Amino acid sequence: MTPHIQSIIHPAGIEAARISHLWWVMFGICAFVWFAVAAATLIAIRRGRHAASAATDRQASFAVASAGVVSVIALVALLTQSVVTGRALDSIRTPDALRIQVTGNQWWWDVQYENPTPSLRVTTANEIHLPIGRPVAIDLLSNDVIHSFWIPSLQGKIDLIPGRLNEIWLQADKPGVYRGQCAEYCGAQHAKMAMVVVAEPPDDFERWLAANRASAPVPVTPEQERGKQVVERGPCAMCHTITGTLAGGHSAPDLTHIASRSSLAAGSLPNSPGYLAGWITDPQHIKPGNHMPPTGLNADELQAVLTYLETLK
Amino acid sequence: MSRLRQGLGGLGPAHSVALDVSELPTYGFGHRSLLWWATASMMIIEGMVFAMVIVSYLYLKGRVPHWPPSGPGPDLIWGTLNTIILLASCVPNALAKKAAERMDLAKVRLWLAVCLVFALAFNGVRALEFTALNVRWDTNAYGSIVWLALGFHTVHVVTDFLDSSVLTALIFVGPIEERRFVDVSENALYWYFVVLTWLPMYAVIYLGPRIA
Amino acid sequence: MTAHREAHPRLTENDPRLDADALERERRLLERTWAGGRGVIAWLSEVDHKAIGRRFIVTAFAFFALAGVLAALMRIQLARPENHFLSPDAYNQIFTMHGTTMMFLFAVPVVLAMGIYLVPLMIGARAMAFPRMLAYGYWMFLFGGIFLYVMFALNIGPDNGWFSYPPLAGPAYSYGKRGDVWAQLITFTEVSGLVVATCLVCTIFKLRTPGMSLNRMPLFVWAMLITSFMVIFAMPSIVISSTCLILDRLVATQFFNQAEGGDPLLWQHLFWFFGHPEVYIIFLPALGMMSEIISTAARRKVVGYMEMILSMTATAFIGFGVWVHHMFATGLPQFGVSFFTASSIMIVIPTAIQIFNWIATIWTARRLQITVPFLYAASFFFVFIVGGLTGVMLASVPLDRQVHDTYFVVAHFHYVLIGGSTFPLLGAIYFWFPKITGRMMGDRLGRISFWLLFAGFNLTFFPMHLLGLDGMPRRVYTYPGAMGWQGLNLLASAGALVIFVSLLVYLVNVAVSLRAGAVAGDNPWGAATLEWATSSPPPPYNFTPQPTVASREPLWHSELRPPAIVGLRPDDREVLVTYLLDAEPDHRYSMPGPSLWPFLAAIATSVMFVWSIFQAQGVVWGSIPVFITLVGWFWPTKGKARLERGVTGRLTARESVS
Repeated sequence: MTPHIQSIIHPAGIEAARISHLWWVMFGICAFVWFAVAAATLIAIRRGRHAASAATDRQASFAVASAGVVSVIALVALLTQSVVTGRALDSIRTPDALRIQVTGNQWWWDVQYENPTPSLRVTTANEIHLPIGRPVAIDLLSNDVIHSFWIPSLQGKIDLIPGRLNEIWLQADKPGVYRGQCAEYCGAQHAKMAMVVVAEPPDDFERWLAANRASAPVPVTPEQERGKQVVERGPCAMCHTITGTLAGGHSAPDLTHIASRSSLAAGSLPNSPGYLAGWITDPQHIKPGNHMPPTGLNADELQAVLTYLETLK
Repeated sequence: MSRLRQGLGGLGPAHSVALDVSELPTYGFGHRSLLWWATASMMIIEGMVFAMVIVSYLYLKGRVPHWPPSGPGPDLIWGTLNTIILLASCVPNALAKKAAERMDLAKVRLWLAVCLVFALAFNGVRALEFTALNVRWDTNAYGSIVWLALGFHTVHVVTDFLDSSVLTALIFVGPIEERRFVDVSENALYWYFVVLTWLPMYAVIYLGPRIA
Repeated sequence: MTAHREAHPRLTENDPRLDADALERERRLLERTWAGGRGVIAWLSEVDHKAIGRRFIVTAFAFFALAGVLAALMRIQLARPENHFLSPDAYNQIFTMHGTTMMFLFAVPVVLAMGIYLVPLMIGARAMAFPRMLAYGYWMFLFGGIFLYVMFALNIGPDNGWFSYPPLAGPAYSYGKRGDVWAQLITFTEVSGLVVATCLVCTIFKLRTPGMSLNRMPLFVWAMLITSFMVIFAMPSIVISSTCLILDRLVATQFFNQAEGGDPLLWQHLFWFFGHPEVYIIFLPALGMMSEIISTAARRKVVGYMEMILSMTATAFIGFGVWVHHMFATGLPQFGVSFFTASSIMIVIPTAIQIFNWIATIWTARRLQITVPFLYAASFFFVFIVGGLTGVMLASVPLDRQVHDTYFVVAHFHYVLIGGSTFPLLGAIYFWFPKITGRMMGDRLGRISFWLLFAGFNLTFFPMHLLGLDGMPRRVYTYPGAMGWQGLNLLASAGALVIFVSLLVYLVNVAVSLRAGAVAGDNPWGAATLEWATSSPPPPYNFTPQPTVASREPLWHSELRPPAIVGLRPDDREVLVTYLLDAEPDHRYSMPGPSLWPFLAAIATSVMFVWSIFQAQGVVWGSIPVFITLVGWFWPTKGKARLERGVTGRLTARESVS
């Protein structure tokens, strides 16, 4: 990962850029105020030590009132900048936005690309792909506790509250890989509830979308077939879904295209066979308290499962 | 302050002018007494709690299309009867307060005893109110807030009864001094508070489900 | 309604009761009347506001130390990415305990405690109103804190953050007793706070010495008055919300369960309606301390007395109208939310006015003394203001939606709370230490610990602004190494070490000074207010004779020679009750003496509170001992009654009030 992929002041989209601009304006004014007050304090201390001021209390009160007026003006300037930014942020709304639905769970993100045609919908987890230059509207739900959806490079955060539907609008303008993270304390593994955000040119995005619409490929080798059997008959199928197989659980991330994702365990681990093996064997070691139990697979079963999962691109 | 100012200025060393307070009384009624201010603070505190309960009730009501979400609202009979009893109890309460401010021990004893009879009555009817709510506290948020509202006021009704009982016992048994009459006067204030806070609670609990 | 002021106090010149011999005789009688006694029972029966104030301060600082240790553990864990010093569960309990301890067991109790100690002295009274209730408030605070830490030690400490949001904190996602422990701790501390606030309001309104009309009250007393009103109006909200949380968890009410018509946001509204005034409760007394310290160092009255009072009042009022700024990320409608942006920006103005008035006071000082307390007060202008300005940033909804729940907010609130309350508090302890103990704190150690704290604090918390801007969220037990956050985190952890050293030096200063500090006279700083008109430490009865005042800075205007009070009985704990507005003498009131009942009532209440989170019927059965102790407490003793009769003669109706 490169640094600043989760930074408010390194925006990669128009909404975050507007907020970043607001930040710099506010920072500038506030820094000036701080220096002015600090200077006034130091000067006052110097004068006070030498009893050097002949100002009357009336003059002092006038000075205070003047400073008060200046403060009000500065505050109004800050308020105005904030209101202007707020209005600009709202202007992104448009009827032909890409619509995604994200559902928060302890401690992973369910991601669904909406479409009026059911067969064109895409379900994935912990990873979001976005076409650059197109407004995106994300509906936000929660299955359990309050979470918060936050991709700093692209937009401010908004909470996922059980029983409520919230909506966030954003747009990616710079291609790249960014990181989002849950920003409302949601229990034991709040720290490891992240997501990978890939902003790519529209063609690449459509290709990705199309690839993800497909069901899981049929196993070719016997080892792959064996792995599929373990997944379907073992504990995995109770929670996970792999479309095209008997695994149809809904309380854990969809694994249909797990091999094409760049991270595991909601952004906690790189997606490579070694890490995947460690995760499947003992998820409690990596994310203590998360809802995935140790799977109890022996070495052969584990190897078979890994081989099968590798095919799920 | 004019009386004090007369004593100032050029009168010799510090502290040679004395302000003699030895003939002042040792008690005061109403806002002159410390106890009044403590009672007033307590009324604001409890009043804020009642206000928060009412605000929460209205908030939850605004979140759903039907209120109550299921089933009928509370039966009106016991709640309305109790409202009448509570309001009526203000009469012996007022008489006890006035007697206390006159320091008329005999009348204080009489009216406090009458107040206790009313307190027994409204505590008893309050128990019946709980049975007529037509919802359990754990059924839904509506049930929860109705039980909370009624329950919170009941805590006041019960403590009012208990502390009035102790005060009545004290007034009969003694020892009596002026400050005990101030206690009776302040207790009467608290009694009014318990009755007055019931009125918005009654409106919310019993009329809330009946108003669109 | 007219009050008959029949009996007037009399002014007499050259009154023999003010002769040196007469005063000495009276002093001896008063010592006996007001003495606390020795032994364990006497210690448990203590009702002297100074003793209770000292206990409150020491206990609050003990909790401060515990919360500091917890913070140190957090900083060790976060010094390196993917660290395994603390398990996730341990970390989550620790950050919850740190916040809960600091907010409920340190920050509020300690500022109320300064008021408990100082207010009666500053207003020229012999005691605080309702001394037994005050003692009860202390015991409830102590027992609540002990309860919390015992549960923590048993691994059932709370772990959902200091604001405990449902549904996470509700019955479905937080098993066991942890959440109930948190909610009941709140009940303990709220009872304590409300009781103390009531005592303060009654004392300030009714026990001011004659001459101290409202517009002659010291600014610290105004600050404590306004703070007490905030406590009274704000704390009921969290009483209700924590009760609802316990009910949801224990008896299946549905207040915060959206599946049955409840709403998680109801919790947030109720909590923050309390939670925001809470931070002003912590902040306002420090503003009062600032005024006293600065005015003494500058050797002149604070510029703009009226403006200061209006500013504190405005801050308190507006403080009740900003709570939704904690909820900007919840998706509330924009129209409603923008009101709170406006109010959250507006609340800056009165504090700014106060800051300018202090700077003007320093500017026009008559030879400013840069004492150690002044250093702490001056640091406010550099530290608090950073937090105040980041607060303005947080008031903006778009910016808040980026930095909310990140380390930027952690930086913000530590700058305002520590810069705005803790720095002035440490200066205030140094300033009033001679009055409380009779000895001065060491100057050299004082300066060393100040500069270490200033440096350490900024080293710890300034980097957190940058971490927040770089995307690091709050309440995370670890972070990935590839984010590039470890440098700033290490810096923050190093700063925490410096803070630790600075506080250690401060503690050493206190310990050494208690034994070997320079003996302090009545008024070592040359200050203006009445607490400096009596000995250091004051006698149990505070003053004899009780002084009256004729100006706002009585000790700087002794030429006015206001009269002294005579005629309060030395053989009874008599105080002078005055009228609210102009402090004219009204009546004499006999204060209760030492009593074990507050302690016993606190024990009974604590048993009821703890029992009721394990069994619902604990509320009913547990209330019986509470009732018994309260009856014992309020039942008058015969001795007092005889006394009363002797003083007033027959029972007559001399006063009437409509």
